[in-house]
Amino acid sequence: MNSSPEHNKRDYGLWQRTYVPEVFGGLAITARHFFVNLKNHIRRLIGRKDAAPGAVTFQYPEQRRPLAPRLRSLHRLTKREDGSPRCVACMMCETICPARCIYIVATEHPDPNIEKMPEQFTIDLGRCVFCGYCVEACPEDAIRMDTGILEFASYTRENMIYTIDQLLSHETAKPDAQDTQ
Amino acid sequence: MIIDIACAVFNVLFTGLFVLGLAGLLTWVERKQSAVMQDRIGANRADLFGWDPKFLRPIRRLGLFHPIADGLKMILKEDHVPPNANKALFNLAPFVSIFFALIAFAAIPFSDRFVVGGHEAAIQVAPMNVGVLYIFAVLSMGIYGVFLAGYASKNNWAFLGGIRASALMLSAEIAIGVSIIGVIMTYGSLEIGEIVRAQQSSPDDLLLGFLPKWGIIMQPLGFIIFLAAGIAATKRIPFDMPEGESEIIGYFVEYSGMKFGMFMMTDFVETIVIAGLTAALFLGGWHIPYFYPEQATAAVVILQALVFILKVAFMCWFMILVRWTLPRFRYDQAMRFGWMALLPLALVNIVLTGIMKVLVSG
Ligand code: SF4
Ligand code: SF4
Repeated sequence: MNSSPEHNKRDYGLWQRTYVPEVFGGLAITARHFFVNLKNHIRRLIGRKDAAPGAVTFQYPEQRRPLAPRLRSLHRLTKREDGSPRCVACMMCETICPARCIYIVATEHPDPNIEKMPEQFTIDLGRCVFCGYCVEACPEDAIRMDTGILEFASYTRENMIYTIDQLLSHETAKPDAQDTQ
Repeated sequence: MIIDIACAVFNVLFTGLFVLGLAGLLTWVERKQSAVMQDRIGANRADLFGWDPKFLRPIRRLGLFHPIADGLKMILKEDHVPPNANKALFNLAPFVSIFFALIAFAAIPFSDRFVVGGHEAAIQVAPMNVGVLYIFAVLSMGIYGVFLAGYASKNNWAFLGGIRASALMLSAEIAIGVSIIGVIMTYGSLEIGEIVRAQQSSPDDLLLGFLPKWGIIMQPLGFIIFLAAGIAATKRIPFDMPEGESEIIGYFVEYSGMKFGMFMMTDFVETIVIAGLTAALFLGGWHIPYFYPEQATAAVVILQALVFILKVAFMCWFMILVRWTLPRFRYDQAMRFGWMALLPLALVNIVLTGIMKVLVSG
């Protein structure tokens, strides 16, 4: 009959087992939340800016949550001063990527001091798992995931494939890091 | 004659519109109240087909378009009848359910008797001398709708829901009935208007010199039992195991569209009926404490009705507060609660009331 393990049993005192006082305790808590929040809502409504918010809700999409600085968002390729990609097409990221979604074609760099540069640099975000390994593996700090762009859902798989031009055009998110769109 | 008919028509319209309107409003209140209780904002996105001008913004922000959107959705949804269902009973069930919930309010008075055109009238559809019994009879008939729904759906989950609803209704109705006997003993009447009038003690007849003789003060134990059993009778959380959406989905699992909406409305209407009954029996009905009008003028009658509506609204608020605070009882817990806690306590309440009555009068 009573098959529940010993540690699942709880010792309720008589006070708790009568249930009624506990019910009223719970009702007091929820009622307090109700009245405090209602007061704050009304104070905000009549224009008291100093009032505490009546709800913890973020009104997405008009209002966005602050992003953690370490959040991994959409990739971007960083640039040198002259605007060419910092990437040297070493294939580290392509190699480490567990989802195998990076595709790089290397080419000669016009500057003899720099060995190579990517001709194509494609990331299939439909397959990316946002592990951030590519960022960590890169010896040149050429790829980062700090754009703060979170909404890039698409109706087709093709639209999820980002080419080098798109990746180079992404900007870093602003330091106060509201996620942008 | 004409006046009588006019009064009757007015009362029926007023009460009907009050109950239906409040039930519609309660769907909104439930959304917003639960949101405010839980530090959320709640529904605020529905607008008029994308038309969102500035002057309607406050209404949209308050989510007042959502009940309209709900109604529209329910009307437009496909009204599906499962192929194996008993069609006649399946279609009948929601009407039975909401019908009995709606007519229950007929016996609850909004105001004291007043004289209009030489006739005595009151804002009450049916001033009957067995008002309390009538409400119980009608409320317990409501279970037929629920049980028929479960039975006619030819769905085992719905069937389980119907059985649970019947079991719950039995244990709740008995506790309600017995808990009310204390009130009847105290005020010596079965007519709700009479009971309210008896709570309206005169200035020199106040309890301990300052308390009005409301049911909640004369019958505190009866009040708690009645409220608990009343909430059980509305089939809402914490006593919603006829529905139990996370385990059996409930007696209306096969219903869609407006028929489902009728079941949903039934719950709200029952909430209003229980709230009205509580207000009338335990909170002094239309009675305003420390206010003793010389005679029933129009202003007094309107004030009484407003006070009564305020009390009903408060009780609705309280019941929604309960609904969003407590988790659902398990089936056996609810049964044990009804039969082994509420019923014995209600019986004890009767004995206590009897002793008090003898002590006070003797
Ligand atoms: S985040 Fe991970 S999965 Fe995505 S491209 Fe970089 S290494 Fe590949
Ligand atoms: S690891 Fe860095 S430098 Fe190497 S290919 Fe990837 S992005 Fe370019």
